[in-house]
Amino acid sequence: MYFSWGDPKMATAFKQSDDLMAAAREEAFSMPLDKIDVSDGARFVNNTFWPFFERLRRDAPIHYCAESKFGPYWSVTRYKDIMAVDTNHAIFSSDAHLGGITVADMDDDFILPMFIAMDPPKHDVQRKAVSPIVAPANLAVLEVLIRERAQKIFDNLPINEPFDWVDRVSIELTTQMLATLFDFPWEERRKLTYWSDIATSDPDLPGNPNRQERQVILLECLQYFTNLWNERVNAPPAGDLISMMAHDPATRDMAPMEYLGNLILLIVGGNDTTRNSISGGLLFLNENPDQYEKLRQNHKLVETMVPEIIRYQTPLAHMRRTALQDTILGGQHIRKGDKVVMWYVSGNRDESEIENPNAFIIDRARPRQHLSFGFGIHRCVGNRLAEMQLKIVWEEILKRWPMIEVLEPPVRVSSSFVKGYEKMMVRIPG
Amino acid sequence: MSHVTFIEANGTEHGVDVDNGVSVMEAAIQNSVPGIDGDCGGNCACATCHVYIDPKWAPLTGERTQMEHDMLEFAEGVEPNSRLACQIHMTAELDGLVVRMPESQH
Ligand code: HEM
Ligand code: FES
Repeated sequence: MYFSWGDPKMATAFKQSDDLMAAAREEAFSMPLDKIDVSDGARFVNNTFWPFFERLRRDAPIHYCAESKFGPYWSVTRYKDIMAVDTNHAIFSSDAHLGGITVADMDDDFILPMFIAMDPPKHDVQRKAVSPIVAPANLAVLEVLIRERAQKIFDNLPINEPFDWVDRVSIELTTQMLATLFDFPWEERRKLTYWSDIATSDPDLPGNPNRQERQVILLECLQYFTNLWNERVNAPPAGDLISMMAHDPATRDMAPMEYLGNLILLIVGGNDTTRNSISGGLLFLNENPDQYEKLRQNHKLVETMVPEIIRYQTPLAHMRRTALQDTILGGQHIRKGDKVVMWYVSGNRDESEIENPNAFIIDRARPRQHLSFGFGIHRCVGNRLAEMQLKIVWEEILKRWPMIEVLEPPVRVSSSFVKGYEKMMVRIPG
Repeated sequence: MSHVTFIEANGTEHGVDVDNGVSVMEAAIQNSVPGIDGDCGGNCACATCHVYIDPKWAPLTGERTQMEHDMLEFAEGVEPNSRLACQIHMTAELDGLVVRMPESQH
């Protein structure tokens, strides 16, 4: 058998990334603390952000960065402190009008009202309207559909031929899951991916649509979904999300922008996160051949591996809050209006809470002890759906092939929010 | 030590003995009682330790806190006697406590 991960080309790639990491470590531990800015997407592209968080966890767990592309912000990097912020929604607000939930402030001229970026009581009302879609009974129905569709994707993959796993598998599976959730016109399902990408794209980066273009595209998205809404509001209630929103008293009178906001939330919430977990899992197994072997020996480990993939990937590197009043956090004085960033990606590697946190271990005793879904009232609505999707992926893969090889280091996304992969070339040995 | 009985949605009973001070969620996890997830480790932050308190015991288990109330907003099948098991700590007074579990924690 041919193991690409051990091939000379890979050895060179590994050496390069080791050198980069060593340089980053040197920099992270020697630079003045107040100059550290972990919000820079560039360090996420080459995966060298890790030592900066290690330094912050050790030397400045509640850290103030006075100058960044996104303005001044606090970083919270330890597991326990993140939990404290996440569970204190009375002080730490998610409100879009105060800037919302990412280190980049929401665009003032075009605020999409969505419940992830609202505080109680409005958040609670809207969340309750959407959550039945992922209730156990409905998940069981979805599981059958999602599995059938996943099987088709896997059955059509090329053997012994390099292909891009991100595009052919991760994006396709996730798009199909979302299309299933919305009962979206099947042939047009890639529109969902497109809108999600547009909604999360940084309008200031060259090559991306600018603010105005972005608004135009998102309004087209609204138009499309409004047509679906009109169709379904006049039909009997069904189990898809649009029908649910159209018939629920809490959501049926939503203003158009609010409807758009909640749609985008569901698309974005389920899209990049699940996609990048699907890619990440395969990468981690290639990086850890002993774990891959353990999995081949015992397929039941999928159960505990799935949450471990989600911890290890941390598909959303952070969530942000805005302080509603002066408060003390870990000895630091946070002022009303300050931006507070909870770095889940750091908390998930906090050795004081998680044993051997830098290791990918597929049979941990308490694999769900991680921050990737957030905690508190905004804890991910889709968390069991995401796990189900990954469980299906790995069960179906193991049924078919003992090994899928990653052929070269993946191309990573340039963002300190969506942590993921643009491209990852793989081959299924035949 | 105090005794707690967990009753699954399908009626299966699990009796366990735990040290006082331990939460009812931990009592289940430590003894591998199925039906309680406890994702957040007892921080009142995930609502996957939802239980129904046997009416006889309700007066002794106290009131929901504000945060517990907020988290229960999003649990499935919440009833007036719903509580989060991580927010109830065993005491000698609670020796013999009976709690029921929902179909599922999601
Ligand atoms: C591995 C996959 C996923 C990860 C890592 C993830 C992560 C997160 C995180 C961190 C939050 C918390 C936000 C906060 O505290 O401010 C969140 C909220 C949310 N997620 Fe997910 N998510 C995933 C999959 C999904 C899926 C599949 C869906 C959709 C169906 C979804 C829908 C949502 C929604 C609607 C919210 C808002 C909840 C609220 O504000 O109450 N997510 N997600
Ligand atoms: S264990 Fe999370 S709320 Fe009780």
